[in-house]
Amino acid sequence: MNHLTKVQRKRRALRVLGDVYAVLIYTVLYIPVAVMMIFSFNNQRYNYYWNGFTTQWYEKLFNNSAIIDSLWYSVIIAVLSTVISVVVGTLGALGLKRYEFRGKKLVNSMLYIPIIVPEIVLAVALLIIFMTFGFSLGMGSILIGHCTFCIPYAVVTIKGRISGDGNSLEEASMDLGANRMQTFFRVTLPSIMPGVMSAAFLAFTLSIDDVVMSNMLAGAKNSTLPVLILSMNKSGITPDVNALTTLMILAIVAAMLLSGGVKALLARRAKRLEAE
Amino acid sequence: MSGKTKAKRPGPGMRRRNLRRNTLPALAQAGPVSVWMIVFVTLPTLFIIYISFMSRGVFGDVVYEFSLESYQTLLDATYFKVILKSLRVAVFTTMACLVIGYPFAYYIARKPREQASRLIMLIMIPFWTNSLMRLNSWLLLFQTSGPVNNFLQWAGLTDSPITFIYTDGLVALGMVTNMLPFAVLPLYSTIEKLEKSLLEASSDLGASPAKTFMRITLPLTFPGIFSAIILTFIPALGIYTVSDILGGGKVLYIGNIIKNQFGQIRNWPLGAALSVLLLAITALLIFIYTRFAKLEDMEVV
Amino acid sequence: MAEAIVTLTDVEKSFGSNLVVQKMNLDIEAGEFLTLLGPSGCGKTTTLRMIAGFEDTSAGSIKVQGEPVEDKEPYQRDVNTVFQNYSLFPHMNVYDNVAYGLTIKKVPKDEIKTRVGKMLELVQLTGYEKRKPDALSGGQKQRVAIARALINNPKVLLLDEPLGALDLKLRKQMQLELKRLQKRLGITFVYVTHDQEEALTMSDRIAVMNGGVIDQLGSPKEIYDHPKTRFVASFIGESNIFDGTVQAVDGTLLTVETPAGLMQTRGEGFAVGEAMHISIRPEHLLAEKQPVPGFDLAGRVKDFTYLGTAVKTAIDLKDGTEAKFSRIEQDAECAEGDTVYVHWKPEKSVAIKKTAG
Repeated sequence: MNHLTKVQRKRRALRVLGDVYAVLIYTVLYIPVAVMMIFSFNNQRYNYYWNGFTTQWYEKLFNNSAIIDSLWYSVIIAVLSTVISVVVGTLGALGLKRYEFRGKKLVNSMLYIPIIVPEIVLAVALLIIFMTFGFSLGMGSILIGHCTFCIPYAVVTIKGRISGDGNSLEEASMDLGANRMQTFFRVTLPSIMPGVMSAAFLAFTLSIDDVVMSNMLAGAKNSTLPVLILSMNKSGITPDVNALTTLMILAIVAAMLLSGGVKALLARRAKRLEAE
Repeated sequence: MSGKTKAKRPGPGMRRRNLRRNTLPALAQAGPVSVWMIVFVTLPTLFIIYISFMSRGVFGDVVYEFSLESYQTLLDATYFKVILKSLRVAVFTTMACLVIGYPFAYYIARKPREQASRLIMLIMIPFWTNSLMRLNSWLLLFQTSGPVNNFLQWAGLTDSPITFIYTDGLVALGMVTNMLPFAVLPLYSTIEKLEKSLLEASSDLGASPAKTFMRITLPLTFPGIFSAIILTFIPALGIYTVSDILGGGKVLYIGNIIKNQFGQIRNWPLGAALSVLLLAITALLIFIYTRFAKLEDMEVV
Repeated sequence: MAEAIVTLTDVEKSFGSNLVVQKMNLDIEAGEFLTLLGPSGCGKTTTLRMIAGFEDTSAGSIKVQGEPVEDKEPYQRDVNTVFQNYSLFPHMNVYDNVAYGLTIKKVPKDEIKTRVGKMLELVQLTGYEKRKPDALSGGQKQRVAIARALINNPKVLLLDEPLGALDLKLRKQMQLELKRLQKRLGITFVYVTHDQEEALTMSDRIAVMNGGVIDQLGSPKEIYDHPKTRFVASFIGESNIFDGTVQAVDGTLLTVETPAGLMQTRGEGFAVGEAMHISIRPEHLLAEKQPVPGFDLAGRVKDFTYLGTAVKTAIDLKDGTEAKFSRIEQDAECAEGDTVYVHWKPEKSVAIKKTAG
C-alpha cells in the first residue's frame, strides 16, 4: 500500500540532492575553521607541514607579549567602537525613523557608502584627511575608522527593529506622566533592545576582525591583532596565532550560546508565569 | 490643549513649542550620526576625488595643481592590465557566488522558519573567526607539503607536489569562500519572501518547474540577486587581503595597488584615482539598483 | 446519476501523525457546483489541494475523468485553481496574468489576444489589461484570478475560499456572479468555504466535512432540513439542539427525555432507551403561556434582540441551556422575565441518531 508514486519518488530524490548539496557547502565553509584549529596543535614552528600533536602553543601563547599586546589593543578598540557606534547608531536609528527633517534622505544614502564602497577606499580617504589636517595616527584614528563603518551597520540593524506604527508607545508613556528621558529609558530602549544587542554584536565582530582600516590608519607604534597577522604572513603565521584565534572563536560562540540560552530560559520562565 | 486654539499662524509660542517638541529631539537623535557621516564619510570621499586630480611631487608629496596625470597613468598597460584582471576576478567571484549561493539560499528558504534561521546562523559562525586565519588555512591545506598534496601523492594522482599556493586559482577559491555568505543572505531573504502559492499557481496553470523558475521565481527574486551582485562584486573588486595571503604578493589587484600608493611607493593622487574608479563603479551599480528597488530594502546585514 | 468527473476513493492524508483526511469517498459530477464546507482544520482545503496536485495522497486514489492522477504533477493535470489569496503574479499585469497558461502552452499570440479579451469581458475587466495586481481592488483581483484559471478551459475549477478576503457586500455580489458564471460555462466547480450561508446560496451539492470525514453529502435543502448528524445540525444555520434518550415510541412520534425537559419529535428506526439528538430551527419554535401536552419545557424569557428582519428571543430553560427563538415580530404577550412553555410541531424538528464521536 505504501507504494510511492512517480511524483513522490522524484520529490524525495530532489530532497536528498538538496541535503547533499547543503552538507557540501557547509563543509567547505567549515574547512578553514577546522584546519585553523587543527594546526594550532601542530608541533612545528612554522606550520609548513604536520609534525605531530602538541599543546605547547596554548602554553607559550601567553608568553608571547607581541601577540597578547596586539590582542588587548584590538579588544580595547573593539569595545570602544562598539559602545560609540551603538550609542550613535541607536539615537540615529530612532531619529531617522521617527522624525522628518531636511537632508534626511541624504543622511540615509550616506549611511550606505561605508557599507557598500570597498573598505580600502574609505580607509584611504580617511588617511588622506588625517594626514592633510595633521591628525596623528594611532588608536584615535583607528577608532574613528572602525566607528565609521560600524555606525551605519548599527543604524540599519536597529532601524529594522523599530516598529513602523509611529510613536504610540512613547505617547502612551508620556500620557501616563513620564517625561522624555524616562520614556526613553523605560519604554523606547527596552522595546528596541534586541536590535541594539545584535548591532553591538555586529559592531564588535566587525571591529575585532578588521584589517584594512586598521592597517591603513595604525600609527608606527601599536598594531591590532589582524594587522600583526597580516605582517606575519610573509614569514609564515605561527601556530600560537592559530591557538589564539581558536580560543577567540570558541569564546565568541560560547557567548552566543550563553546569550541564546539565557534568552530561552527567560522565555520559558515568562511562559510559565503566564500559565499560572 | 484646548481644541479651539485661535492662532491663525504659528506665533512665537507655537514655534518655541515646535522647537522643544520636534526640532530638539530630532537634532539630538539624528544629529550625531549625520555629523559623523558628513565629517568622516562625505568630506573624505569628496577630498579623495579632489586629490585624484592633483599630481605627485618628486618626494611623493601632493602638488596641488590640477592634472589628469593619475588618470592617464591608469591607462598605462601595467595598471590597465591589473584593473582588467581585478574586474575579471570580481566577475568570476560574483558569478560563482550566485550560481553556488542561489540553490543553497533556496534550500534554506524552503525549510521551516526556525530551522532556516538555525541554518543561517550556521553560515555566520565561521565568519566570526579571523578572516586572515581562515585564508591562511587554505594556504596550510594546499602548501607544497600540505595535506592536499600529500593525499594526491599518496593516491598516486601526481608524482611531485603541485604548486597551488600563490596562484590565481587559490586566490579565486579564497575569494568565493570569503564572499559566499554575502550572496546567500540577500538571496535567502528574497526567496524566503516569495509566496509558495505563486509557485503553486504557476504549476497549476501548466508551467513545468523549469518554466516556473524562469518566469516567476527568477523575476520575483531579482532584487535579491542584484543585492547579492552588489554585495559580492564591489568588495571583491577592492579586497587585497585575499591576494596578499593566498597570492603571496605575486598576485596584484586594484586593492593591492591602492594600498601600495599609500605605503612605500607614495603616490597619493594615483591611489586616489584608483579609489575614484572603484567609487564610480559602485555608484553605477547602485544607480542601476535604485531604478528597480529601494536602497533601504537591500539586505546588508 | 450524471457521470463522475472527479472520483475520490478511500483518500487519506496525514501530516506526520496527524490524520487530516480519513478514508474519503466522493464522486463529483460533471457540471455541478459542489461545495466542501466545514470549520477550519476539517480537511477541506487539503482535499482540494490533493485534487490539484499540491499535496500527495497518503493513501487511496483520485481519478479525474476516470484517469488516476497520482503520477501527475499539478502542471500536468486538467484542473485549475483559484487561490485563497488570489496569488496573482505581482510582476505581471492583468493581461499577462490571464494569458499565463496559454503562453506556457505556446498558443499563438493572436489567439491568446482574442481569448484573453473574451475572458476579461466575461469577468467585466475589459480596459484593465495594463494594470498591475497592486493597483486592483480585492474584487478585481478575484476576477483576474478566476479569469486566469478559466482561460485554460479546465475540466474542473477548484476554488479555495476565494471570497474570504472580501467584505460582506462584495462577497454577496461575487457569490451570485460566480454561480451565474458556473451555470453559463457548465464547468464543474469544487468550492471550499467555511461560510455555511455561502455554501447554501451557491451549491448544487454540499459536502459537510468535520474532522477529516464527510458528515453529510446532499443538496442545500436536504442538508438544511434534514441534518444527519449533530455536527451538521449545529454547523448549518442556527439551531437548538437537545441531547436526550427516547422515552416512548408511537409510530413515528417519539417522546424524548432531555435535561431541559420532555419533548416530541418524529423519526423512524429509534428504540426506547436510545440516546439521540433533536434539532429544531429557531423559526419553528413556539411558546405558550400554558403547558402543552407532550412537552415539558418551561423557561424564562431572558432578552430580545432586534435584527431588522426578525426579533430573536432567548429563553432560559430549566437546565440552564438557552433556547433561541425567532419571530417576525415580538410577541405582545411575552415580556422579559415571563415564564413560558416552549414547544413545536414534532414534524418540524429533526431526530438525529447518535453517532460515535
